[in-house]
Amino acid sequence: MSNTYLVALVGSVLVLLGIIELLRRRQLGEKYAVLWLVVGILLLIFTVFPGLLTGLASGLGVAVPTNLMFFVGILFLVGVVLHLSWEVSRLENETRKLAEDQAILRLEVEQLQRNKNENVAE
Amino acid sequence: MSSKVPAARAIIVVPAWNEQLTVGETVREIRAATPDLPVLVVSDGSTDRTADVARDAGALVLELPFNLGVGGAMRAGFRYAVRHGYEAAVQVDADGQHDPNEVPALLEKLGEFDIVIGARFSDGDDTYKVRGPRKWAMVVLSKVLSKLAKTKLTDATSGFKATGGRALPVFAEHYPVEYLGDTIESLVIALRAGCKVTQVSAHMRPRRGGTPSHRPIKSMIYLFRAGFALLLALIRRYETAAEVDHKQARPAVKEGVVR
Repeated sequence: MSNTYLVALVGSVLVLLGIIELLRRRQLGEKYAVLWLVVGILLLIFTVFPGLLTGLASGLGVAVPTNLMFFVGILFLVGVVLHLSWEVSRLENETRKLAEDQAILRLEVEQLQRNKNENVAE
Repeated sequence: MSSKVPAARAIIVVPAWNEQLTVGETVREIRAATPDLPVLVVSDGSTDRTADVARDAGALVLELPFNLGVGGAMRAGFRYAVRHGYEAAVQVDADGQHDPNEVPALLEKLGEFDIVIGARFSDGDDTYKVRGPRKWAMVVLSKVLSKLAKTKLTDATSGFKATGGRALPVFAEHYPVEYLGDTIESLVIALRAGCKVTQVSAHMRPRRGGTPSHRPIKSMIYLFRAGFALLLALIRRYETAAEVDHKQARPAVKEGVVR
């Protein structure tokens, strides 16, 4: 067993454990949980069986196996970033709406208060 | 705490998302069945007239500014209940599936238990049928949750639930907002916090609008997600037990004139 193999194995296991621990502490929602668990498990599988990547690459006609890995990895990361941008836009809309509602409510409370004070004064 | 929760200190919470066609009739029915209990409709970011219809029918209405899902809507309801000094909250769905005449039966058990589930498979006769993967999911869920609760729970995914005692402050703070969290994970949280759970039999009526899905692919996805939600609930850590006491010690907001 080579050293690089061991380092990769330990790294993959640590990533998977990190994901599970984040889940356990409720820092990662169910929405993202499945995605990251699948990523962690795939990572572990490809580390344990490096031949899998080579086989897959030659099957798909990719000359250098690592190129396949980079291609899939970049595609995946672009997808994640796109999703996060969408998510941030949604959150921004929601905070905006909360701020608006809060301002409207404040005015309404002030008006109620003023009416009440006027009624008391009369 | 008294052995029996007085009816006046309970509130009925109806989560509703774009249910203008059914919510009015449901609220009127609840008010006829339990005239002493206030009805709180949580309009979950509805874009139709749900809130107006509910108000006209005589309900208190919380209007969420955007859709939070059933779990989020219920947590808003629980928080309102705790803030206003209620000791119990009963969830009744807006689609007319749950019979409000069975609410007193749920509340009666709250003296002894913290959560009472209105379950549909408690006795032989009932009209609600489920098949295929959805059924398997329910069987597995009820097995695991029964074991955790140390009592027979046949219908863990039922939305028809009375929450009181120790469970209400826990839910007001920690009610899960994720998919299926309002049924599966919420029970696990309550059980971990030391709450006692039981069920009484309830009859589910056909919904006034919409039909439950029986498409095989949808059911399979449901099975997978339910299993995953259960697994997640079981491995997660919850810091709830220590919080229960001091949450209860906080005085409730003094109630103003309601309606």
